[in-house]
Amino acid sequence: MSRSHRSVIPGFGLSLGLTLTYLSLIVLLPLSAAFIKTLGMSWDDFWTAVASPRVVASYRISFLASLAAASVNCVFGLIVAWVLVRYPFPGRRIVDALVGLPFALPTAVAGIALTALYAPNGWIGALAAPYGVKIAFTEIGIFIALTFIGLPFVVRTLQPIIEELEPEFEEASASLGANRWQTLRRVIFPQLVPALLTGFAMAFARALGEYGSVVFISGNMPMRTEITPLLIITKLEQYDYAGATAIAVVMLGASFLMLLVINLLQKWSRRHHTV
Amino acid sequence: MASAVSSLSRSAGPAARPLATRDAPWLRYLLTAVALGFLALFLVLPLVAVFAEAFRRGVGAYFAALNDPDGLHALKLTLLTAGLAVPANLVFGVAAAWCIAKFTFPGKSLLITLIDLPFAVSPVISGLIYVLLFGAQGWYGHYLDAEHPWLPGLQAWLIEQDFKIIFAVPGIVLATTFVTFPFIARELIPLMQTQGNDEEYAAITLGANGWQTFWKVTLPNIKWGLFYGVILCNARAMGEFGAVSVVSGHIRGETNTLPLHVEILYNEYQFVGAFAAASILALLALVTLVLKSLVEWAHARRHAASAAAN
Repeated sequence: MSRSHRSVIPGFGLSLGLTLTYLSLIVLLPLSAAFIKTLGMSWDDFWTAVASPRVVASYRISFLASLAAASVNCVFGLIVAWVLVRYPFPGRRIVDALVGLPFALPTAVAGIALTALYAPNGWIGALAAPYGVKIAFTEIGIFIALTFIGLPFVVRTLQPIIEELEPEFEEASASLGANRWQTLRRVIFPQLVPALLTGFAMAFARALGEYGSVVFISGNMPMRTEITPLLIITKLEQYDYAGATAIAVVMLGASFLMLLVINLLQKWSRRHHTV
Repeated sequence: MASAVSSLSRSAGPAARPLATRDAPWLRYLLTAVALGFLALFLVLPLVAVFAEAFRRGVGAYFAALNDPDGLHALKLTLLTAGLAVPANLVFGVAAAWCIAKFTFPGKSLLITLIDLPFAVSPVISGLIYVLLFGAQGWYGHYLDAEHPWLPGLQAWLIEQDFKIIFAVPGIVLATTFVTFPFIARELIPLMQTQGNDEEYAAITLGANGWQTFWKVTLPNIKWGLFYGVILCNARAMGEFGAVSVVSGHIRGETNTLPLHVEILYNEYQFVGAFAAASILALLALVTLVLKSLVEWAHARRHAASAAAN
């Protein structure tokens, strides 16, 4: 390869060799171990491991809670991104930095903090308790943790796109007689849709695999609030390596599918913005 | 997914807008209130809760809880893990960015996708795959089985040393390295791609060799991006929970990192201790955010200055 692409800059062989070796050892070889392990299972064993009622219930709760969290993040993430880019207010930079908190805060810390807040005796849980609403240790708790984790994905994907919006479109729209609401809905929003979908897909993908922030607040009741990553750990603790790996392979399949979707969305988004 | 994590290439600051494209004041106030309310509820309140719970029994109890040998050991292990994982990913990140940004070769976009892969994998699975490789039931355990001699000298030495990878420190470092693998590379690749090769060409034309070009021309150009990537990588390395939880075995005073220590104390209902340890990690997150913002602002200012000079 290096022969046919000779460049004046040296170091191609060294840097590519180092990159491929390290990538293979740290990422590709261990990941392939999961697939190789499941190849050793019979189809029936595999199907029993990935489609038993308890496992299917965990897919359901992981999927639905992630979907709900990513959707809520789309609404509020759009508002947060819009406010941060368009409306100057004192402390804007601090708020902007704070949006990165879920990326920086260890998930276990987020998990116990959210549990402390939403438990029946917590600051927020105590407000809901008189109405008979339980938040922590229910599906709502999982949804809250996943919303916390996913917010920055939507905001950070939208911010650069809102910054780059051409004011000419809005001016043209206004000068042609559209009111501000029509401009927002018909001119601005369509330009944000690809980025919004990308952010949604990223938040959703992250939520599907999330463990640390959820495990404390979810209550971990089988069939009800047991997320799929937790089920993998449960199987491992019972030394059911094959069962754990089979579920992991299903999750990896979902993750790779999401990665593909995100890449396609990003391509679409880029094309959308060069036109 | 990394494009959302990194935001160095973002410009900052709302510009003055013409009247026709400005939102009505009531809408501005309403949306600002909704946004700030949402952020206060979902981001600020949990952060406040960490410190409130940590100081619930007073300052004395807080510092007494921090003064715990197991906690101290967990902190040391966390620092050691990040101290090994971050430099490894730093060297890899620079090498990957160098070959991807400076050269064209077939399969480049596939390589970029593969580098992103660990971001798409659930932390629990990141730990599991190392258990499959190195656990007692895995390939490494199989190798240590004396009935399958292969490099007998090394095998005998490993058995004698009782050299374990899973439920021991090497597994924790490996899983952390996997989870934080893409951070620095993903930061450097777009940065070096936009910078182009002109300065390197000039250096080489003037007689510099490869290493001189790298140290004196490329490195000064990418140092902020590098620093930015290291900050993000380090924060994740010190805070990783799911992957480390699977490989660590939770042996107190031996294989507990700080996040795992938080979990153990919490599950034992030692809430002050758990939140005191968590407050250290929360402070680390705040320092990360401050450093990250400083780098972003410095970058934006330099960007604006160079734009004004042109």
